[in-house]
Amino acid sequence: MKIELPQVGESVTEGIIGKWLVAVGDKIEKYDPLVEVVTDKVAMELPSPVAGTLREIIAVEGETIPMGGVIADIESENEKAAPTTEDNPADLEPSSEQDKEIGTTGILLKDVAPVGPTGSGGIIDSASSIKGQNRGSRVIYSPAVTRLAEIHDINLEMVTGTGRNGRVTKKDLQNFIDSEKTSVDSKSIDQDDKKSSNTDSVRTEGTYPNVLANDEEKITLSPVRKMIASNMVKSATLIPQAWSLVEVDVSGLVELRNKVKDDFQKREKVNLTYLPFVLKAVSESLKEIPLLNSSWNEDSIILKHQINLGIAVAAPDGLVVPVIENADTLSISGLAHKLDYLTTRAREGTLTVSDVQSGTFTVNNTGALGSIASQPLVNYPQAGIITTEAIVKRPVVVNDAIAIRSMMNICLSFDHRIIDGEHASGFNRSVKDQLESINLNTQIY
Amino acid sequence: MTIKTVLEAVHDAMQEEMRRDKTVFVMGEDIGARGGVFLATEGFLQEFGEDRVIDTPLAESSIAGVALGAAMHGMRPIAEIEFGDFIWPTINQIVGEAAKVRYGTQGKLNAPMVLRAPHGGGVRGALYHSQSVEAFFAHTPGLKVITPSTPYDAKGLLKSAIRDDDPVIFLEHKRTYRLVKGEVPDAEYTLPIGKADLKREGSDVTIITYGLMLHHCLEAAETVEMDDIDVEVLDLRTVRPLDIDAILETTKKTGKVLIVHEDNKALGVGAEVSAIISENAFEYLDGPVSRLAGPEIPAMPFAPPLEEMYMIDSEKIANSVRQLAEY
Repeated sequence: MKIELPQVGESVTEGIIGKWLVAVGDKIEKYDPLVEVVTDKVAMELPSPVAGTLREIIAVEGETIPMGGVIADIESENEKAAPTTEDNPADLEPSSEQDKEIGTTGILLKDVAPVGPTGSGGIIDSASSIKGQNRGSRVIYSPAVTRLAEIHDINLEMVTGTGRNGRVTKKDLQNFIDSEKTSVDSKSIDQDDKKSSNTDSVRTEGTYPNVLANDEEKITLSPVRKMIASNMVKSATLIPQAWSLVEVDVSGLVELRNKVKDDFQKREKVNLTYLPFVLKAVSESLKEIPLLNSSWNEDSIILKHQINLGIAVAAPDGLVVPVIENADTLSISGLAHKLDYLTTRAREGTLTVSDVQSGTFTVNNTGALGSIASQPLVNYPQAGIITTEAIVKRPVVVNDAIAIRSMMNICLSFDHRIIDGEHASGFNRSVKDQLESINLNTQIY
Repeated sequence: MTIKTVLEAVHDAMQEEMRRDKTVFVMGEDIGARGGVFLATEGFLQEFGEDRVIDTPLAESSIAGVALGAAMHGMRPIAEIEFGDFIWPTINQIVGEAAKVRYGTQGKLNAPMVLRAPHGGGVRGALYHSQSVEAFFAHTPGLKVITPSTPYDAKGLLKSAIRDDDPVIFLEHKRTYRLVKGEVPDAEYTLPIGKADLKREGSDVTIITYGLMLHHCLEAAETVEMDDIDVEVLDLRTVRPLDIDAILETTKKTGKVLIVHEDNKALGVGAEVSAIISENAFEYLDGPVSRLAGPEIPAMPFAPPLEEMYMIDSEKIANSVRQLAEY
């Protein structure tokens, strides 16, 4: 029988073995002192809990032993008779009712089976009636899995689950995303085979040889890059796009902004750029020509009543398009604030899923990078995307005379299935007219 | 850096603050001549004298009330309740009065007091030397409640508590007093109240815990490594105010959270943490937010096998982690 160092004080955790008072082979009576033990509270003699013969000294003099540690082995008289261990509570037979693990739920929640780890920590038989176990073949995806699948545009039926009952876990999904598969839904590619020959050249797997030459370097794709690529492929292959450009005289806008921007900054703590004015003009134009705020639905066109403008922002990981919902209900100032908020978060990488969902039309400020004409790709599955190009002072003809004016091009790419030239030009015209009518009296707030 | 026990850290924190600030004083049962039943105030009477080291009668309500009064008059008392189990007579003074001083006087008065007590079980302390008391105080606006688990945390947080201008309840788990040793800087430092500490980084499952349980959780994390489960362990350190940012950040990282505390489960700190998670990080959950906590039993048993059943150890924690990991 193993002799353990007993607990001798509330906060005492270890003891130092002193002199052994018996030797191996000695016959011991119950309660005979075996050894001296010193703790920081007390020095004591440890009495033997049983009668018998000292078989082995395990902890030697001077050794530090934690409470509960084994210090000796005694061949007790009981052992010679019948080899039973201390912990054989043969008398204590719990009734079969109590035997069930009430665990830590106890009286308060008596009728609830200890669900998983909230029980006493014992193994729970998964066949026990836990709510949800009886759901049969219905497949449940956890919030985390659903969210990730949306962001990366993954069809969850393609993912193998290794969780309980074959559940797709977040880890399973993450592994799937990290693997070399792209997130393009192959079905939609097949569907449009008949439409354009472009789809023939679309491949779902990389066809570049795996072996790199000496002057080549492979960059593995980040999840964001994969997603951007998939969206671009969809846009390029599924939407027949046309393009139209108009010039806009924004001299009035420039003058207004220069006048109010410092006060605005001081008062609102946010910069006033040209973009809020553009967003306002775009919102109003979308109300005038609603067809630009829609989506192709194979056998119908879905008109969106909410005007949710996506703004293309260059974020550290790649292009991202946060959305200003109900942009038409905001003033210039309101739009400026919302823009600042979203672009800051985009650059910090803290956008949430809800920030990038639900866009109905997209605006891209390509002018910020110096471009004066660009051909954007429609943000699938929207109907149109507009760019604002760089504002450049040019000599133009006004009232039959040469004048120096601030000129900005705006370029519209659109889904030609939904929108004809008439609507596209009408839209551009509307945006142009609104921007050109901005002057020092235009309301900011 | 020196290796200290939690007890030594607590002792040093109080001693340094008393040297630094004359308005700091200690009061409690047996803390003067005896140096405290755990020797937390050993040497204080000799160094600081009777005026600043006060042996009180056995009257917890008065200990708290007198400390409150002194605090409202410009002192910084550190009142000790000898065992958390005896803290209940102070509820009226602490919850009913101290917590409400600043608010009730519109900021004209405040109560910069610390009420500290050793609490927690697993020491064969039975009914009157084993209770966990944090939940009752953590429920009260106007109080701060700290539950450190390491010497480094205990010293830094106790100093902050003493310097805080409002009532702080400082609960030391008595089993950590000598069992837990750790490195403590020799130079002066404090730690911010209300900030949790990531004691172990991982990616599969998060354990949120505090007090003695932290150490069992770390052990369990090592154990389940062999099952290829990578556990992240967040030590709350303060249970009021909770570090919500840290709680949500780790939830978003792993999606699976197990909350472990020794205190009884129903309506404990874990219940609040769980609610916070499901309210704010629902879309990031990959498994049910789970709690492993004390049972619905009125007191810690005295009989060793029963106490063992009551207490949570690293094996129970490891089992719970495995279950959550495989969900």
